[in-house]
Order: sequence, then C-alpha cells, then structure tokens
Amino acid sequence: MVLRGVDLDIAAGETIALVGRSGAGKSTLLKLINGLIVPDDGHVFVEGRDTREWDPFVLRRRIGYVLQEIGLFPHMTVGQNVGLVPGLLGWEPLRIASRVAEMLRLVGLDPKVYAGRPALELSGGQRQRVGVARALAADPPILLMDEPFGALDPVTRAELHREFRRIQAEVRKTVVIVTHDMAEAFALATRVGVLDAGVIAELDEPRQLARSTDPRVRPLLEPLLEARAVMP
Amino acid sequence: MTLLRFLAEHHDEVLRLLLQHVVLVGLSTAVAVAIGVPVGILAARRPRAGAPIVWLANVVQTIPSLAMFGFLLPLPLIGGLGARVAIFVLILYALLPIVRTTVAGVSGVDRTLVEAATALGMTPQQLLWQVELPLALPSIVAGIRVAAVIGVGTATIAAAVGAGGLGEYIFRGLSMVDPTVILAGAVPAAALALSVDGGLLLAERVMRSASPRRRALAGWTAAGLSACVIVAASSAFGSASGGDVIRVGSKNFTEQIILGEIVAQHLERRTGVSVQRRLNLGGTFICDRALRSGDIDVYVEYTGTADTAVFKDAVESDPARVLTRVREKYAQGGLTVLPPLGFDNTFAILVRGEDARTHGLRTIEDAARWTPSARAGFGYEFLQRADGYPGLSEKYGLRFAAPPRAMDLSLIYRALAERQVDLIAGDATSGLIEAYNLVMLQDNRRYFPPYDAVPVARSAMLLRVPAARAALEALAGRIPVDEMRRMNHAVDAGHADPAAVARAFLARLERERPSGG
Repeated sequence: MVLRGVDLDIAAGETIALVGRSGAGKSTLLKLINGLIVPDDGHVFVEGRDTREWDPFVLRRRIGYVLQEIGLFPHMTVGQNVGLVPGLLGWEPLRIASRVAEMLRLVGLDPKVYAGRPALELSGGQRQRVGVARALAADPPILLMDEPFGALDPVTRAELHREFRRIQAEVRKTVVIVTHDMAEAFALATRVGVLDAGVIAELDEPRQLARSTDPRVRPLLEPLLEARAVMP
Repeated sequence: MTLLRFLAEHHDEVLRLLLQHVVLVGLSTAVAVAIGVPVGILAARRPRAGAPIVWLANVVQTIPSLAMFGFLLPLPLIGGLGARVAIFVLILYALLPIVRTTVAGVSGVDRTLVEAATALGMTPQQLLWQVELPLALPSIVAGIRVAAVIGVGTATIAAAVGAGGLGEYIFRGLSMVDPTVILAGAVPAAALALSVDGGLLLAERVMRSASPRRRALAGWTAAGLSACVIVAASSAFGSASGGDVIRVGSKNFTEQIILGEIVAQHLERRTGVSVQRRLNLGGTFICDRALRSGDIDVYVEYTGTADTAVFKDAVESDPARVLTRVREKYAQGGLTVLPPLGFDNTFAILVRGEDARTHGLRTIEDAARWTPSARAGFGYEFLQRADGYPGLSEKYGLRFAAPPRAMDLSLIYRALAERQVDLIAGDATSGLIEAYNLVMLQDNRRYFPPYDAVPVARSAMLLRVPAARAALEALAGRIPVDEMRRMNHAVDAGHADPAAVARAFLARLERERPSGG
C-alpha cells in the first residue's frame, strides 16, 4: 500500500505542493487525481465527482499534466505537441493553430520560430516550457506537475519558477505540484504538504510549515535553512 | 549484349513475366502486412501470447521454399498449381520479418511517451495510431522491405509450380543450359528487388514527413498503385475463363518442354479447344499431383518413371509388361495412358569421349573396372530412386573414388564436360550428348527399365473432348529417338525456341500425313 488515510482538500485556484522523498507516494497521489490509478479503498473527487464515475479520457483531457521527463513526442513538431489535447477534443484546426500560438507566447517561445520545429531540437528548458504549454493548451481547470523542473540546471530552474508564477497569476489554475525540493515548493505553492511513507505528515502555508518541529518535516527543511545561514 | 538483345526480342514476354512477378510479390506482401502488423501489435501488447506466434513464424521461415510447395500442393483450397499456392507460400515467408519488426517497433516505444499520451487523455486506439505506430513505423517498414526483397527472390521458385514470374526464365535457362536466358530472369528480378527496397524506403520518408497533405498524397498514390497491381493481376493471370480449356503440363527440362509444346500445339490445331500451357513444373511428383487434382489435363510421362517413381513397383525391364502395368494403375485413378510416342528416354550413363577412348569403355561393365578412380555426379531423383543409383551400383558392382555428388540435372552435362565429375547419369535423348562430345555406355546387363514416352491424360477430359483423344493417338510412334535428340539439340545447343521447334516438327508431321487422313 502506497498511500494510507490521506485526507486532502484542494481548493479551486490554489497551488499546492507535495514534498517528500522518493517513494513517499507523491506520484501515486497525482495519478489518483487524473484516474491513471483507481484507489483500492476510499474516494477521489474531482469537481465533486468520483474519479470512478468519470469517463477516464474526458477526465484526463480536463487535467493538464507535466512530467519530469516531459514526454514530448519526437515524431511531432512543437506545435503538434502543444495542439495535441485540443485535437483529441475535436477542435477546428484554425482554432488549434491560434491556441498553439497563444500558448507558446505564454511560455515565452516565439510561435513563428518554434511551432514548426521538431520537438527533439529543443534545449531542456525549452522542452519544459513546451511541456507546460501542452498541459495548458485545452484550458483545463486543473494542472498536475510531477517533478516538472527536476532535471534542469539551477539557473534555468529559477527562471522557470518566475515564469510559472507569472503564468499562474495570468491563468489561475488549480495546481498540484509534486517535488522533493522544499525550496521549489516554497517558491511556487500557496500551501505545502509533506508526504512521508504514504501519509500526509503536515499541510500548511509555507511560513507556518517552516516552523514545524515534526521529525518527518525537519530533514526536508534543513537544506533550506543551511542555504539561508550562509547568506549574508 | 546478348542479354539486351534477348530482352529486346522477347520484351512482350519479359514484361508479362515481370508483371506476374510484381503481382505475386505485391499481393503476398500486402496480405502479409494486413495480417502481420496487427498480429505484431497484439504480440507486443501481450508478450505471453505473442511469443508462440513469433516462434511459429520462425519455424515457417526455416522450411525450404521448394519443400513448402511440396507440402501444400496436395491440400484442398490452398494447394494446386498456379499463383494461388505461390502467393500462399510467399505470404507465409513474408510474415516473420513483418511480425518480428512490428513487435520490436511497438514494444520499443519509450514507456514515458506511452504514459504521457495516456495522461493527456488518449484512448488506446489514439495511443496506437498517433504515438505507437508512427514511432514504430521505421522498424515496421524495415520489416516490410526485408519481406518484399525476400519475396522477390522466393517468387522465382514459384515458376516450379506454374505460377509464372521471372523464375520461368531462370528454370528455362537452367534446363536449356543457356546463361542468357537465366540472366533474362535473374537480372530483372534483382532490379525489381532493388527498386522495391528503394521505393519502400522512399514511401517511409514521405509518411514520416509531418505534413498531412503529403501523407494523404502518399496514401492516394499507394491506393492507385495497388489498384494497378490488381488490374495487372487480372490481365497477367487471367485467361480464357469461359469455354472449355485443356491444360497441358510438363516437367522442367528441355525435352519435356518441347513435348509439352508439341502436345499443346497439336491439340490446339486438332481440337479447336483453347489450350493452357503449364510447362516447366518442378518434377515428376508435382506433375503427377497436378494431373490427379485436375490442375493439368495431360502431360508426357515415361513408362519406367511411372512404374517405379509414381507407383513404386519393383524394377521391370520388359517394355510391354511395364506399359500394361502402368496403364492399369493409371486407369484406377481416372487417368488414361495413350500410345507411346516412339522413343525410349532411358537413363544414359555418360562419360567424356576421350576417357572412353583412353580406357576402352563401351559398356557399363567396362566402366566398373575404371570407376574406383573416377568421380560420379547424379541428379537428386536418380540418387534416390530404386531404379536409379542404388540398383545400378549393385548390378554392376560400381565403386567410386568418392561418394557420388548430387547435382542439378541442368548442370550435370556441363559438370562432366568441365571435368568436375567423370561419369554421370543423363537422358538418352539429350542433345547435349553430342554437343559436349560425350559417350553413352551400353547397359549390357539390361539394368534400366524402359522409359517409353507416353502422354497421360485425365480420362474425363478425353470424354469431354473426343477430338483430343484422336489427336493424341495420332502422335503414336511419330517421335523416334533421333528426332527427339535432334529437337533437344536444337534447343540446348542451338538455343532455338522450344515452341518454334515443336511447330516445325508438327509442320513436318502434317506434310508426311497420308492424304485424306
């Protein structure tokens, strides 16, 4: 059993980050939300409806998903990757094209330059931007991000954090981010939950969580405090 | 240069055979793709169910193609002569590379991409068509290319079961010992293989190029090409479907092809019924199967061959007794043996003229003293048959320096002339005996049974077309051994067209025909 007795309410429009070490059950929790996994016991409600009752394909098209490996399709162009879910939803080609351009501009890529490029020709940071654009293309109310910036160098990551906050201010999605990096969680989320061995140890606003004395939370905070200690 | 001249002179026939070849390969590869790709996808999705399928395709691949034709000929529906059995065999051979590369291509797709596609809300069908198949395409096309190229090669064997194609030239050239004719089949086949390979590679590039318009264009082009192939199929294989037809068969060596032409042209002239030629079939076994299954109506067999190879009787050397025995046994199968044509194509034990002179060889008995220092080459049938090598060596006490080499009949005379072997078993009527200055040793102990040439026909056909019986009976005794040898020589050494040789013979026959007959 990966998760036990998890009781989690996520409000519309908030950004919640789930932090924990590898194997804590973070990714499983994400997959429960978009129906890639159905719980053995208990219920997951999305927009007030049990994921068992959703048509899984309809549900997933309403939920943006960004993976650490990104998973851009190498046989498609950047534009085709971004326009994929609108295509699944049966949008008109013209509407898809203008939406793709809009999304690329949103993540800071010039559509004239990038839309026609093979997805494989991009740098790591550019791919991650395209991954975000693809997740947002069909304007889903919910966005799930699984270690979205984990594979990037610190400078690019910091840049994408700023971009994310700008985009989130613009689009106001309900966002669930999974990460093992408390600094990233603090930088992006309105609330941060700590997952440990399949249980939510603590869930609070960053400011409150930073003062936690819980032995399951402290080790995750330590790198953050050390970094602050060496700062002038 | 001679090849170019040959191709120019026979361009109609070359084109027809090439077209048949394209149809054989195109149709079988298309069916193999239609079966193999879905099977491969299924096998990739469920490895446990897939493993036995791939294993089975592997096993099929290891069966030699000629053996496969042998297995399938007697089967109902699939079997029988012609394009049907050939296409079936070609499909079986094409399946393995296609199934295997489809499995490899689909199961080789990055799991992350499959997870991403699922998480974005693709249904399993969308996942297959939009992600898995496009990514597996290069691998699948590589398999199709391998299958098509193998198919072009294997299809040359299809001529042995009367399916046509460029193999007809290869077999004809081998039996006529004419490299030009062999090349006339082999060179276009090689060119076809290369262009099929290149064409498919090009098709894959176009499919991969992202533009949907070009993809649609490629789709329409492919559809147009397949339509052409189907039209070509009906014109290349389609023949008089309505009306009565007599099908004439023959085995795959010069004399048989000439005799097949003689019988065919004679029937055309005398009966007015349209005649279909299925000459150059792969041997006694295939001809006999074809005759019994009704794929051919008549072919010329030799009494001794029928007696020992078809009916497995003990060796018998009295010609009249053999003819009676064979006639009775054929009759039980609804087949009629017509009167002998006049020559006896017995086995000829042959040596080079100079060896005969140096060692004073006139009879096989003479040769028995010399053979311990000689090498022998025999055809596959001769090595196996009771009336072939085993009995011969016993009767004359023949011993050789090395075990006899098994050789293709069409190469055996040249092998003797070129000193690869020193003694062979050939046909008494072979034109190559004179061409290569060979000497036939006398069978002084009367070992070999008689091999009188007789037309064997389906009794039902003879009842249906009474004129056919009269026509075949009119050939009785009209082909003496020297006449047969001359005709063989004209084709083997003079490179004359067997049909032309047969035509000239029949014209002579008509002139000699008693007036008022």
